[in-house]
Amino acid sequence: MVSPILELTNINKSFGHVHANKNINLTINKGTIHGIIGENGAGKSTLMSIVFGLYQANSGTIKVNGNEINLRSPKDSIINGIGMVHQHFMLVENFTVLENIILGFEGELVFGKNLEKAKKDLKNLCDTYKLNIDLNSTISDLSVGFRQRVEILKSLYRGAEILILDEPTGVLTPQEVDELFKILRSLKEEGKTIVLITHKLIEIMDLTSEVSVMRQGEMVGHTKTENTNKEQLAEMMVGRSVLLRLDKSEVKTGDVIFKVENLTVKDDLDVTRVKKVNLEIRSGEILGLAGVTGNGQTELLEALSGIRKVESGEIYLEGKKVSDNQNFLDPRELKEKGLAHVPEDRQRMGLVTDFKAYENLIFGYHDQQPFSKSSILNHRDIISHSKKIMEEYDVRPQSPNLITSNFSGGNQQKIILSRELNEKPKVLLVGQPTRGVDIGAIEFIHQRLIDMRDKGAAILLVSVELDEVLSLSDRIVVMFDGKIVGEKENKNVTDRELGLLMAGVV
Amino acid sequence: MEFLSDIASLINSTLRISTPLVFAAMAGIFAERSGVIDFSLEGKMLMAAFVAAVGSYFLGNPWLGLLLAIIACVSLSMLHGFASVTYKGDQVVSCVAINILIIGLTTALAAAWFGQAGLTPTLNEDQRFLEVNLPFAESLRDVPIVGTIYSDILSGHYIFVYLAYLTVPLVFWAVFKTSFGLRLRAVGENPSAVDTAGINVFAMRYKALAINGVLIAFAGAHLSTAVNANFFREMSAGRGYLALAAMIFGKWHPKTALVACLLFGFTDALQIRLQGVELPAIGEIPVQLIQALPYVLTVVLLAGFVGKAIAPNAIGQPYIKER
Repeated sequence: MVSPILELTNINKSFGHVHANKNINLTINKGTIHGIIGENGAGKSTLMSIVFGLYQANSGTIKVNGNEINLRSPKDSIINGIGMVHQHFMLVENFTVLENIILGFEGELVFGKNLEKAKKDLKNLCDTYKLNIDLNSTISDLSVGFRQRVEILKSLYRGAEILILDEPTGVLTPQEVDELFKILRSLKEEGKTIVLITHKLIEIMDLTSEVSVMRQGEMVGHTKTENTNKEQLAEMMVGRSVLLRLDKSEVKTGDVIFKVENLTVKDDLDVTRVKKVNLEIRSGEILGLAGVTGNGQTELLEALSGIRKVESGEIYLEGKKVSDNQNFLDPRELKEKGLAHVPEDRQRMGLVTDFKAYENLIFGYHDQQPFSKSSILNHRDIISHSKKIMEEYDVRPQSPNLITSNFSGGNQQKIILSRELNEKPKVLLVGQPTRGVDIGAIEFIHQRLIDMRDKGAAILLVSVELDEVLSLSDRIVVMFDGKIVGEKENKNVTDRELGLLMAGVV
Repeated sequence: MEFLSDIASLINSTLRISTPLVFAAMAGIFAERSGVIDFSLEGKMLMAAFVAAVGSYFLGNPWLGLLLAIIACVSLSMLHGFASVTYKGDQVVSCVAINILIIGLTTALAAAWFGQAGLTPTLNEDQRFLEVNLPFAESLRDVPIVGTIYSDILSGHYIFVYLAYLTVPLVFWAVFKTSFGLRLRAVGENPSAVDTAGINVFAMRYKALAINGVLIAFAGAHLSTAVNANFFREMSAGRGYLALAAMIFGKWHPKTALVACLLFGFTDALQIRLQGVELPAIGEIPVQLIQALPYVLTVVLLAGFVGKAIAPNAIGQPYIKER
């Protein structure tokens, strides 16, 4: 017997001019795992934030167990048994697990009797769902996977019957994903209802029994998971058919043109983040660097592109030493020698988001002909160049005068990519090329990277998306705790093998 | 023997001089732990000193003066909250505005009401707080050690001195042992976590600011109705900023902030003591140099003796819920 536990009718929500949710209807049945899939910016998180009381809908009704409820703040949702695990965890990092969980639900002004009771209740919950969490550890000492469990425990302690998870696997290793799914299945066994928000098709197929698809703020379809497949869902998400697999020709590698020897790099807090790393990249090859966020990839990329000082070790470009501890080329000199860099954090390092698109399209090359002559910018040539390149790279909308922050994530990335690839670099360093980018643009960006490779560039691809590394790379290295812990030819290697390396197990 | 009494009087002055710093530092802890920068301790202290002196002069009772000072400081804190919490303005700018406003306002009001720019009439004994002599202080004076500590160091202070040092454990208890404290610390570290726990972030910050206003009022009243018997222009003399520095050295923690306040109080007491004194081999130290001592100490400590002070994570950032 299925009965609806959560019913949304005609939900609308606007942020300024952006209509994030348009007449959304959604019914979620008790005791199911219900997937909500859609691209970045489709309005999934907004919708769930409304259900959690964090945002207030402009119109529409929400029913829990058949009763209409009025959600003015998360407190109302929590009282009604709705819990949410956010994409960015809502934890106070220097608090203990216990403090984070009881926050807002202390039950007494001065800590004492109720705190002891809370500890006991939490231990029981941990045992029931095999969460294995030490209540006294500090959040900042916990791995991302454990922090997520704390979030789940927090919701359960607060009496959640409906648990919403927003992109829960984005930051996890494949093994951690397995653990999470195990926990979610056992929650379902206990009669809880799970809502899983994701843009990953495979998770929908693996875990859910029902799925709803969102596109551009609208709900475009509901179906039982068993009645659909990945291709069909992808088409519903994007609104046209999508190539899920990349066409990649055999690799024709040339000489080693980028080489790193015993590279050690420290971060701003003087912590060694890259430890004696050796890398070699041949022309016509994509070297994929896999790893969980925060294992030194950022510092490595910054050192290779000349932004961060090398502590020890050497970097060679076409056989010539370009950087060591004493002498190093700055990013501009490296650029002139044919090394281009697409930074990980495009809004912080790749673009000046308050500037117009044409300005960002020439940054770094703005003092070269034909963009400028005797330090004076040549506006007309810049605009015509921008128009041409925006068309070539399918940047939408094709208006060079638009402020960069008004472009979507995917189009912002295309602006950077077009700027860097247009110079036909010999070596290309790319960090997280498709983070926050929609499926359609991912396809395009991947194809461009393959084209660059086929034309003989040496590419270093740093990504936390394992699927991306697997589908693009010719060779894969895994980074853990600042060290290269494994290297594999990309033939018959599975995400499980890489996952073990990424977790530092092997 | 004279050496011992020198030490005793030095400690005695340290306790007295540190008092406004302790109140202000504790006030600062509440605001900043909740994520709101409080540069306006200086201005609020000045306001409290003025209001306490004027209130006490007209109403004839220093306690009523203190009450008015509390009302005035809480109002200023609410103004700061209105600008920087509700309307998400820049917190530092809001504080600087308050500080400048108060310097001008107190001077102008004193001129308008009493005809003297920035000076209020001298308070008589009924209108100000007097020194409190602890019981048996006189009879115990001649007992060695105990007598010195009890009669010469602990006894004979203004009520505010005792209150200040009682406030510290109270603040510690409130911040670390109560659910209010847990929420206070959380709202300064990660307001989103507090919001998603169903607690109103803005209400928490206003509550913290209200307590901040109450505490800073004591510091001001101490200056104008206890150690002095009137208000004079800019009488807070940078103590608000010094307290802010003490709070930062103390890493936003009441116990260590107390130590920092006492250290500043001690250097100040020392400089008063050293003025005009011939030191062997060195000779007389110029007054200006000695007076600079607390500030030099501030810079030196700040330059790294204390280690990196890690501020509450969300300090200075207005909480914005919707994108």
